Amino acid sequence: MEDRSVIKKTYKLFIGGKFPRSESGRTYRLVNGEGDVICNVSQASKKDVRNAVVEGRGAAKGWGDTSAFLRSQIIYRIAEMLESRFVQFVQELTSEGVSPEVAAREVSEAIDLVVHYAGWCDKYQALFSSVNPVSSPHYNMSTQEAMGVVAVVAPEESSLLGVLSAILPVIVGGNSCVLLASYMMPVSAITLAEVVATSDVPAGVVNILTGMRSELLPVMASHMDVNALLLCSGEIEERKLARELGAENLKRVILRDDAALHQSPYHILDFQEVKTTWHPIGQ
Amino acid sequence: MSDFSKFTDSNNDEAALENTSLVDLRERYDLYIDGGWLAPEEGEYMDTINPATGKKLAEVAVASVGDVDLAVQAARSAYEGEWGYMSGLERGKLLFRLARLIQERSREFAVLETLDGGKPIRESRDIDLPLVASHFFYHAGWADKLEFAFPGRSVRSLGVCAQVIPWNFPLLMAAWKIAPALACGNTVVLKPAETTSLSVLRLMDLFEEAGFPPGVVNIVTGAEETGKSLLNHPDVDKVAFTGSTEVGKEIQRQLAGTHKRFTLELGGKAAQIVFEDAAIDQAVEGVINGIFFNQGHVCCAGSRLLVQEGVYQEVVDKLKERMNQLVIGDPLDKNTDIGAIHSSQQLARISELVACGEAEGCELWDSGQELPKEGSWYRPTLLLDCAQSHRVVQEEIFGPVLTVQSFRTPQEAIDKANNTPYGLSGGVWTDKGAKSFSITSEIRAGVLWANTFNKLDPCSPFGGYKESGIGREGGVHGLAPYVEIGF
Repeated sequence: MEDRSVIKKTYKLFIGGKFPRSESGRTYRLVNGEGDVICNVSQASKKDVRNAVVEGRGAAKGWGDTSAFLRSQIIYRIAEMLESRFVQFVQELTSEGVSPEVAAREVSEAIDLVVHYAGWCDKYQALFSSVNPVSSPHYNMSTQEAMGVVAVVAPEESSLLGVLSAILPVIVGGNSCVLLASYMMPVSAITLAEVVATSDVPAGVVNILTGMRSELLPVMASHMDVNALLLCSGEIEERKLARELGAENLKRVILRDDAALHQSPYHILDFQEVKTTWHPIGQ
Repeated sequence: MSDFSKFTDSNNDEAALENTSLVDLRERYDLYIDGGWLAPEEGEYMDTINPATGKKLAEVAVASVGDVDLAVQAARSAYEGEWGYMSGLERGKLLFRLARLIQERSREFAVLETLDGGKPIRESRDIDLPLVASHFFYHAGWADKLEFAFPGRSVRSLGVCAQVIPWNFPLLMAAWKIAPALACGNTVVLKPAETTSLSVLRLMDLFEEAGFPPGVVNIVTGAEETGKSLLNHPDVDKVAFTGSTEVGKEIQRQLAGTHKRFTLELGGKAAQIVFEDAAIDQAVEGVINGIFFNQGHVCCAGSRLLVQEGVYQEVVDKLKERMNQLVIGDPLDKNTDIGAIHSSQQLARISELVACGEAEGCELWDSGQELPKEGSWYRPTLLLDCAQSHRVVQEEIFGPVLTVQSFRTPQEAIDKANNTPYGLSGGVWTDKGAKSFSITSEIRAGVLWANTFNKLDPCSPFGGYKESGIGREGGVHGLAPYVEIGF
């Protein structure tokens, strides 16, 4: 076989089901420990965040109204697509400096986490809803509803597992999300976009951006059409900023450590509103 | 039969005044800290006024930063001491006993609430006080069952809770704050609204009588500065606030960067949607109750009426007829429907917003009743022909003023209902069951009433979406803000 040049991938953003470059035209060079350039990564701008929020808002209602069983199947499909790219994710994590053994373990854990959360879609409401025995003749129930659009700032120190542990509780609960990936370990997040794009997740439900946290966190935190913000960061100043800027539209700001989140249905509740409805009982 | 008509004519002149002799007002109220009454360190007091007469009822202490610090210290000592070690069952028993004492002394508190706040005695007697007692009774039973509220997880208490409440339901808001905090094992420093401190101060007598250890609940009275120093005290673990959205946002900003958790219960601008297929008379009665309950000083008030075109004129005509029958006047009169506007400041705000509505092109209609000469009053008012962009449609008026808009399709009603920054409550009137379920699902608000309105119950969670707040109060969901959920 004759020698052929390997086709290298252009790493782009994932907005509204499409893979655009940053509207700003900017990229940053991702360099490994030996100083070799791994790839050029799109450096998202404020406008890219706003575009992603528009797509997220457009998709939120339909996704929230999608039956729990169907959401469950779609998220399970993510696990199927991930498994089929197992080797690719291990290679990419290794290129970012993770040892092959640790990378293989992380990808396994990530796939299992998706399977775990896929099963929550049609169960958390049954566990956390209530029928309330009010003193008047009313049928009174409290149930969870998706908040809408959730901005997610992924942990800096965890790549594939960190991203998935952050977005799964959000989308399992019927929200759409706009994710900012780790600046130093963005590759698996970008490849995850390809997985999401082929998993029947409706366009706009998951939007993935790469870029600088210092530039984009303030945009996400202050955006008036973002309902909630998940910030995975131990930085006190970032946490303070998120709460301060989030106050303008009373954004629900959830603060977590700079690490992958443990699996828990209570993380799903972080992005749910409780709605209580009174229906009269009578003739 | 002629005698009977006297009782059914709501405009009859014969007052049926509630007896005020049950209420034993002191001239001056100090702070309640660590199980005793403490004079404020700076010796400052403020007057508390009866809004129905404009006359002074008593003086109430103004707590300084130093006083607030003492209160927080007392709450911390109680948390680390006897209260912190008490079993859930024993905590519950004290709360049960307190609920019983409130029931026994209910009428006295109802009169006090009406004197200090201006709300009709019929409401304070039949709604506020029964709900206060039931709120403590309900939460008493949670104290030894918290692990069942959070499946698969262990929980523990948070510590010292700083709570700031408004003037519209003084004792009820205190109960909403104190009961879940104590049931979950925390201690409390609470600041009532500066104009309505008396009932919660009197409640402290019952806490003593029930046998609560000192420091478990502390009351610091005062105005905005007292509230700020409480919420910003470094040894507070949890903040709970009910009040305006503007202040709620400011609190979120101030708490940024601290370890404190917070829940906010803020403003609302609820839509009442009346469909053509509704039972119109019932709907009209529900709309009247929805906006004129407590003079419209209600965060979940149904302050925007959306009527389907085919019944628009009929509904408006019936509303006017009903509004003309409302009895405005002495809140202590058992026949009174509409009491006093809570303060001259609130009266000014209502007047300013209504004037703005007229300037923007709304048609004003108000009921023709004569108003008392002393005190603060406002006639039940309709603003017709409102547009979605009008300030009176977008902003909370917090008074007896109802904006009216029409709609053609269910989708138009949903869009209009959701088109404000608020999302606290909403009402739907229709005889079609499937429609009421679909509309209540589409309204982005925390509490939805179908063919009813303004119903409250301690086991029913209350709280808003969007800019109406963060968190829930009441029910199993109202416990979460007062515990740390373990893993």
